Amino acid sequence: MTPDIGITHFLTVAAILFTIGVFGIFLNRKNVIIILMSVELILLAVNINFVAFSGHLNDLAGQVFALLILTVAAAEAAIGLAILVIFYRNRNSIAIDDVNVMKG
Amino acid sequence: MTLQLFFFYLFSTIVVASAFMVISSRNPVHSVLFLILTFFNAAGIFLLAGAEFLAMILIVVYVGAVAVLFLFVVMMLDIDFAELKKGILQYMPIGVLVGIVLFLELALVAGSWIILPEIAAGSVLPIDDTISNTRALGQVLYTRYVYLFLGAAMILLVAMIGAIVLTLHHRKNVKRQNIVEQVARTPETAIKMVKIKSGEGLTK
Repeated sequence: MTPDIGITHFLTVAAILFTIGVFGIFLNRKNVIIILMSVELILLAVNINFVAFSGHLNDLAGQVFALLILTVAAAEAAIGLAILVIFYRNRNSIAIDDVNVMKG
Repeated sequence: MTLQLFFFYLFSTIVVASAFMVISSRNPVHSVLFLILTFFNAAGIFLLAGAEFLAMILIVVYVGAVAVLFLFVVMMLDIDFAELKKGILQYMPIGVLVGIVLFLELALVAGSWIILPEIAAGSVLPIDDTISNTRALGQVLYTRYVYLFLGAAMILLVAMIGAIVLTLHHRKNVKRQNIVEQVARTPETAIKMVKIKSGEGLTK
């Protein structure tokens, strides 16, 4: 890691990105796709933290962990979109408010 | 300001701005395109942090696969976008509140901490500057972390099977090729011999 970029810089960017992701989940109650994208943003923020600490502590394990997070995020996106497609096929809508089939 | 710091600020500004556009843009297609921009610039941040391989993986996997998958789904589903945007401000106050509290907490953590010297000194896998980042990752991923690697492979396999099982559906009333039936045909079952009297033709 280049020494003149402090780790606080990376942590701040990741914190802003994480907050935007959480904010997106709250804001978009109508569109599940945006919520899935917000989850991707949150995972990206976590990855930035891992990579920044990996460079700062001179430890490769953080990058290995970030790689595994990328894998899980890709799998999660695929499954989420598959669920979204069959939900749209059944209900003809992707609004969160319509996700009440399992209501007791 | 050094060149690295300049590029860091450039990348992070674009990351934050385009991430905000992802959640606030009116058209989900625009959201996906801004998500791609976010990932590209996050790859730049990864490069500056010294993770070259992860930066390239981020572009290949996210921009090349995940974002395109999102784009497919957004364009495939015929959604009334105007309908989706109704009532977006309903949860705005609580969203802003939670966002501000969360960011303040994260900023407090980011601004005030120290790393214990013994942790900083004894890293698990010290980065060797003489070999490339990709090679260093490969040297530990297939040896020391081989079980994690296999676990990731299993997760991807389960995700693939799950996505196929979820979305595959057989429509009724569609003519399909039945190979077993085709192969099992014999001349006896397929051909019917009919004697026809001369001059009368075949009347059914």
